[in-house]
Amino acid sequence: MTAVDTAPAAVQPDDLDSAPVFATAPKRWTETTWARVGIPILIGILFIGLWEVLVYALGIRRFVLPRPSMIAVALVEHFGSLMASLWYTLKVTFVAFGLALVGGVALAILFVQSRVIELALFPYAVILQVTPVVAIAPIVLIWTGLDNVYLALLILAWIVAFFPILSNMVLGLRSADHNLINLFQLYGASRWQILRRLQLPSSLPYLLGGMKISGGLALIGAVVAEFVSFSGGESGIAWRIIESGNRLETERMFAALILLSAAGVTIFMVLHGLQHLALRKWHESALKREN
Amino acid sequence: MVSAAATAGLAAVDPPAPVSVGDDVPHSRPGRSLIRLQGVHKAYSNGTVALRDVDLEIGQHEFVSLLGPSGCGKSTVLRLIAGLGDLSAGQIEWPLSRVDAGGSPDRDLGFVFQEPTLMPWATVFDNVFLPLRLAGKSRRAMRDQVEEALAMVHLEGFANAYPRELSGGMKMRVSIARALVTRPKVLLMDEPFAALDEITRFKLNNDLLRLWQDNSFTVIFVTHSVYESVYLSQRIVVMAARPGRVIADARIGAAYPRDDSFRTSDAYNRYCREISESLHRAMEPPA
Ligand SMILES: Nc1ncnc2c1ncn2[C@@H]1O[C@H](COP(=O)(O)OP(=O)(O)O)[C@@H](O)[C@H]1O
Ligand SMILES: [Mg+2]
Repeated sequence: MTAVDTAPAAVQPDDLDSAPVFATAPKRWTETTWARVGIPILIGILFIGLWEVLVYALGIRRFVLPRPSMIAVALVEHFGSLMASLWYTLKVTFVAFGLALVGGVALAILFVQSRVIELALFPYAVILQVTPVVAIAPIVLIWTGLDNVYLALLILAWIVAFFPILSNMVLGLRSADHNLINLFQLYGASRWQILRRLQLPSSLPYLLGGMKISGGLALIGAVVAEFVSFSGGESGIAWRIIESGNRLETERMFAALILLSAAGVTIFMVLHGLQHLALRKWHESALKREN
Repeated sequence: MVSAAATAGLAAVDPPAPVSVGDDVPHSRPGRSLIRLQGVHKAYSNGTVALRDVDLEIGQHEFVSLLGPSGCGKSTVLRLIAGLGDLSAGQIEWPLSRVDAGGSPDRDLGFVFQEPTLMPWATVFDNVFLPLRLAGKSRRAMRDQVEEALAMVHLEGFANAYPRELSGGMKMRVSIARALVTRPKVLLMDEPFAALDEITRFKLNNDLLRLWQDNSFTVIFVTHSVYESVYLSQRIVVMAARPGRVIADARIGAAYPRDDSFRTSDAYNRYCREISESLHRAMEPPA
């Protein structure tokens, strides 16, 4: 200890401004939380009630618009077969999403490492992205053959899910703090160390944002591909919807639709939860502000 | 050639002694030359001439400030010394350092940026550990060394905190701890306290002086504050812009340890006035 001895404030350490408080505060169910959950539920109940009453009162025929109660019955009755179909579609979705994740991240890393590769390949990634998947589906089906529809679905869902991961990941890898890159270089970090310790963590928020979009798109891609490749007798949820339509079993169609939406919401929530878990300790987006 | 008036060499013995201003006052450097810049030119690819013909010698254990208006190339000098970016002409030598197989000197330095530049996803401990990790050291073996660096900046209890939980001044302390954790010979600081409030800045100034005196490394401190540079430095290198160049090299002879009583002394005020004048000469358009 030297210089500070004569300083008026003999108190040792810290700065006068203290650390901000955040995140760890216990979660309380505030009025706004109740409103956020309660009001939509209330609206939903009102809507379903009105639907039930109006369809009954106006005598609308069941194949045009079934009553919610009939849809509920159909849902229970066909639950097993519908869930099996949904599971088929979800398997396509998950595998396509997984491959899009691996492929998108890998290609993004390659792009950021090599400008030449990026210049060479990026336009094709864009072309793949902007061409509507419905339009590509027939040719993919021809290539895979009608006896291998699963592979066609996988390819089509993958095409749709791939791009958000790629473009977000490229952006994320590029957004590493320039001063931090300099700091790493100063300490003689290798390219691998810069990637592993700096660029990958920096890109995490972007990647998770891309995954949230891509997860939903993978499901949409799978369903659209099923519609296009429908040939009767197959087992995806979209095929159940077409089949129900053909037989005018509209309530079963609605039941399938409900399961499909529920699956989509679940995927979104899981990815949202993952995002929160991964970022809650450090990222601005997860910061709980007191004011 | 720079005009005689602009080359203000200030020599002074101890605080009460008058400040003498004159030409070509030889510097009695406290050690041998550690870094030597000779005829350093730097032009960026967009044509900006950031530095023209800069000669500068930094002695061992010196505390030198680079002072000048923004855009005069202070950061550029610091970055070039750190080996970031290429010179357009001239050379930077490290006479006392080993040279590796690739011909680049073992610079052995720490760098503190104007922003704390911490990894937000890593704890304070991991941020400070980074330079050691990049050198392939294990976390377990380095625990004490990291904790020692945290203790130097009074952050013992914050190893597991994340940067966003810290105040601006505390983040800057982490940044300083990270720069010191490898026990470097040279500490380069680029306006490290410019974004802090005055009270915190004064406190960190004192802490920095204490660390410098206790550990005998060399400090090259970039600032645009006359007051800060006079308070801290043994020597102030005044720079001017367009093109970036050195226009004065002055000694601040006041003895260390310096504390808040130095800030209010007559000698301090005299130094500040002298340095301000040479800075203003620097800002005037060339005749
Ligand atoms: N990467 C860069 N590319 C082009 N010009 C730059 C770059 N960095 C700095 N400059 C220019 O070089 C000059 C000196 O900059 P800098 O060293 O940052 O000055 P200071 O740190 O003294 O403010 C300025 O005119 C600045 O605009
Ligand atoms: Mg600067």
